[in-house]
Amino acid sequence: MTRVRSGWLRAGALVLGLGFLYAPIVLLVIYSFNESRLVTVWAGFSTRWYGTLAADAKFRDAALTSIEVALMAASLALVIGTLAGFAMARFRRFRGRLLFGFMLLALLVVPEIVLGLSLLLLFVACATVLGGPPRGIVTITIAHATFGAAFVAVLVRAQLSSFDRALEEAALDLGARPVAVLTRITLPGIRPALVSGWLLAFTLSLDDLVVASFVTGPSATTLPMAVFSSVRLGLSPEVNALATLFLAAVFVLVGAAAWQVARQERRRLGVGPFGR
Amino acid sequence: MTGIGGFARRVVIGLPFAWLVLFFLLPLLIVLKIGLARSTIGIPPYTPLVGPNGIAATLENFARLGHDTLYLRAYLGSLRYAVVATLCCLVLGYPIAYAIARAPLPRRQILLFAVMLPFWTSFLIRVYAWIAILKPNGFLNNLLLALGLIHAPLPLLNNSFSVELGLVYSYLPFMILPLYSTLSAQDQSLVEAAADLGAPPWRSFLAVTLPLSLPGIAAGSLLVLIPAVGEFVIPTLLGGPDTLMIGKVLWDEFFANHDWPTAAAVAVVLVAALAVPLLFAQKLLDREVPP
Repeated sequence: MTRVRSGWLRAGALVLGLGFLYAPIVLLVIYSFNESRLVTVWAGFSTRWYGTLAADAKFRDAALTSIEVALMAASLALVIGTLAGFAMARFRRFRGRLLFGFMLLALLVVPEIVLGLSLLLLFVACATVLGGPPRGIVTITIAHATFGAAFVAVLVRAQLSSFDRALEEAALDLGARPVAVLTRITLPGIRPALVSGWLLAFTLSLDDLVVASFVTGPSATTLPMAVFSSVRLGLSPEVNALATLFLAAVFVLVGAAAWQVARQERRRLGVGPFGR
Repeated sequence: MTGIGGFARRVVIGLPFAWLVLFFLLPLLIVLKIGLARSTIGIPPYTPLVGPNGIAATLENFARLGHDTLYLRAYLGSLRYAVVATLCCLVLGYPIAYAIARAPLPRRQILLFAVMLPFWTSFLIRVYAWIAILKPNGFLNNLLLALGLIHAPLPLLNNSFSVELGLVYSYLPFMILPLYSTLSAQDQSLVEAAADLGAPPWRSFLAVTLPLSLPGIAAGSLLVLIPAVGEFVIPTLLGGPDTLMIGKVLWDEFFANHDWPTAAAVAVVLVAALAVPLLFAQKLLDREVPP
């Protein structure tokens, strides 16, 4: 009897929790197909705001800038973050390990506003001393790669700590060169972490408003910056349409990656596609 | 790795280390330096620390943070918003994390994915979505009016309620994830033993499940509390004229007043205040994940 009741309580918690998380997103998507300019009054189905959006050069240029930055920043973050994850997981002792670990952790939670201000002041100091780099796409990419790397490092470190090192040792004993062990055994073994790390760094970069606002120059406007300046003036059905496209892209991308990783995991564990 | 030589080891550690020092530690030191400078009109808008008459550092920016009650109220306001949001996330997130951790395995992965998916989508868009729900003629007021529960629209937007709601909504996944990982790793036989010994479910929850999940509670609370203190987007979009949070104050000092030294001083104090919970978090995580 208590078992049944606690089952209902748990189901209730899930329904309420997921409802809370998804209701605003669902309303946003539904009202992007609204005929009316008033975002909260339904006046019939229409795709006119998608047409308006497609013709809006401001959002299109900003989206291209954002994608360019995110592709470069995620790739850079993957390299730095993977090395950092390796360093933390595989080397128990080196000079400065405490500081290194602290910086990696602090990057995950430091307020964006502090990160943005500090990086801008660095780039300004660089410009006075070295004469560059110019503020814009390059500086945003460096900033995004920095916090992206911290997230990649967490995932890589976690996966390496559950990785069976006997495989590497066996390969070495059989005469494989260290580089071959790395590319044939270790890296494929932590592939899920690399895939989700790159994706996470990519979406974090695509999403960042505060840091980019600080470190950018007059030449580069990212998508969140364009959305923010439009949203500050009030609700706009065009932003609803843009948000819907963005959500659809993320859902497809992340969903495909998660399905891929889950399928690999099941194959590794020898479990069929529908559970045991 | 045993087969990797000293050179490779130096690259694996040295490259990310150098990157973090250059693009994280050094910038924070520059913030401290500019917090000690005076504001001037020019490019860049602050005085050099080493002038013609020797060292020209000043503590007046920090002194102003103490004198002008605006800053103190903003710091305390941010802390209050963040603490309340953390507690709400805990109360809301715990049952959800518990329900996911006790679900059968294939469903558990789907539920976890569903909870994490909003985190992957745009923060800005999710905050924006609440404006349409909360405004005077928004979805929630219209619904309550139609149901006859209220007769005039409630003031739901641009006040401390909407800021708090935005914080809880945005940071809830950060609470659920660490709670889920401690709860799902818990040994269920302990709860069964408590039940066999005659403990009612609420008693075994309080005596076994809750104390064992304390590491998850601490980790989740820190992951919500620390970023929430410095939040800028939520108070700007959902807050009102009387919403005082330090992230917004810093932004305005920098972008509206062009007072770089004051903005830097505000940032230094914020980082110093957050360093304490952060050091605590590092201790906790080092115990949690033996590498």
